[in-house]
Amino acid sequence: MTATTTAPVAAPDVRTPARPPATRLRAWATRAPLLPALIFMIAVTQLPFVATLVISFFDWNALYPDARHFTGLSNYGDVLTDPDLRRSVWTTVLLTVAVVLASLVLGLALALLLDRRFKGRGVVRTLLIAPFLVVPVAAALLWKHVLYNPEYGLFNGLLHYVGGPQPDWISNTPLLAVEASLVWQWTPFMMLILLAGLQSRDQQQIEAARVDGASDWQIFRHLTLPHLRRYLELGALLGSIYIVQNFDAVFTITSGGLGTANLPYTVYQSFYQAHENGLASAAGVLVVIGSIVIATFALRVVSSLFREEVSRA
Amino acid sequence: MSAMAVRVGRRGGVGLGLVAWLAGIVFFLPIAWMALTSFHSEEDAATNPPSFAASLTLDGYREFFGADGGASPWPALINSAVASIASTLFVLLLALPAAYALSIRPVKKWTDVLFFFLSTKMLPVVAGLLPIYLFAKNAGLLDNIWLLVILYTSMNLPIAVWMMQSFLAEVPVAVIEAARVDGARLPTILARVVAPIALPGIAATSLICFIFSWNELLFARVLTGVVAETAPVFLTGFITSQGLFLAKVCAASLVISLPVLAAGFAAQDKLVQGLSLGAVK
Repeated sequence: MTATTTAPVAAPDVRTPARPPATRLRAWATRAPLLPALIFMIAVTQLPFVATLVISFFDWNALYPDARHFTGLSNYGDVLTDPDLRRSVWTTVLLTVAVVLASLVLGLALALLLDRRFKGRGVVRTLLIAPFLVVPVAAALLWKHVLYNPEYGLFNGLLHYVGGPQPDWISNTPLLAVEASLVWQWTPFMMLILLAGLQSRDQQQIEAARVDGASDWQIFRHLTLPHLRRYLELGALLGSIYIVQNFDAVFTITSGGLGTANLPYTVYQSFYQAHENGLASAAGVLVVIGSIVIATFALRVVSSLFREEVSRA
Repeated sequence: MSAMAVRVGRRGGVGLGLVAWLAGIVFFLPIAWMALTSFHSEEDAATNPPSFAASLTLDGYREFFGADGGASPWPALINSAVASIASTLFVLLLALPAAYALSIRPVKKWTDVLFFFLSTKMLPVVAGLLPIYLFAKNAGLLDNIWLLVILYTSMNLPIAVWMMQSFLAEVPVAVIEAARVDGARLPTILARVVAPIALPGIAATSLICFIFSWNELLFARVLTGVVAETAPVFLTGFITSQGLFLAKVCAASLVISLPVLAAGFAAQDKLVQGLSLGAVK
């Protein structure tokens, strides 16, 4: 690897006989550019988490700061037996899985369509990217008021033309309403990654398969899909990282009502509105434990994604 | 027979091209409708069936910019610009040297360091929100835009390190060694050899960091008030007003999304590189 090959090249420069200090110095010189970023990340992301862990052991309502006292694990008991919180765990899982899968499938279909030559391909690509470039709060407002509104929203307006029903979308299917708006925003993201994957295929190999009489489906199933696997995994991983933490859509479209409160919203609510610092922290710690379990799995996926690069470097 | 096969293939191509166009229009329709509604009067915006051909007006925009005595969005827009641009600069300042130490002159176990950065991205933001809030309150940093700058820097730094690492890994080590043998010093090597290869990556990184900072709502909502409020927070506060407001909401949403739409459209390829952490070149 590079580390072992560059070190001997640099070694002859060291003229002083006291070699150990010099190599140590050199090691620190190599590390130095890394330190500001590392220290910054630890300070801003890890320290608050340690604080969260400490606070989670206290019974602490911000409105009664004098009554703060150590309670051990009781916050965790409360959180784990709280039906609202258990429900929000389930909601988070459902929301994330549904949105990631739906936008992956739609994104794949769109990428396959865009991988062909046709008139105005560039324009269509631009039209398809647009939803991802609308600020998430604005997109949520757009869906809530301009599209879903039962009286004058666009959906019911269009249904009106064909004499269809006039459903109250958000009240009838709240979680689906949130999911649909997120799928609309994240499909372009998946499409872009998968399109890049499609365009990096080995065209000669595909031509050869075609000459050998392979059908379009066989080429897709046995050549394209295996090649796309790492791109699908990358899309799923990055999509999950952002959708698990989604706050904007839930906050704007339903304000967490009607069973759509996901974990980020529930934690936000328990300290921002209920001022239950201890409970909120315990919930936060549990969110982190859950994330670590998922992340360990996910990181294994990523490390396989990047193995090629690692071995090359 | 081969002519027929070509013709069939072409017809299939035209058909699928039409499907692609249809999909593009369906996905774009909500935005087109938002744009049209933003130029309608509030009365025309709230009709069923929709008034496609209603007369156009700039009233929605006038109202959004505070013509009727409402709060002006400019302070919020300026706050968003400061938070996004400053945090992007800080990210680059921290990520570039870090990526250098992870690719060109890699430290030992550099993959572990890289994964540490990515793992921080998997820690949910909410888990640290309360201590950050309490810290900000005690340090008098609540409602201060620079607190957001710091948090947005930490939010985007892991992605930026990954991206820059993968871009700097493209720089051939042999060329750097050759330059060093020729007596070139580090600043010269950085400027002449590394920078030209890294510049597209820096552009992609900046674009992504800018977009995510501009869009952020949770931190901004919890940690800012009247002074440091950002554009997304302004947008959420703005719809609590009573009465017909569809045209105004559409105008506001469009104006606030405009910087991201413009940047994203201008640099679609950079967007892909950025979003895939540099894995897709």
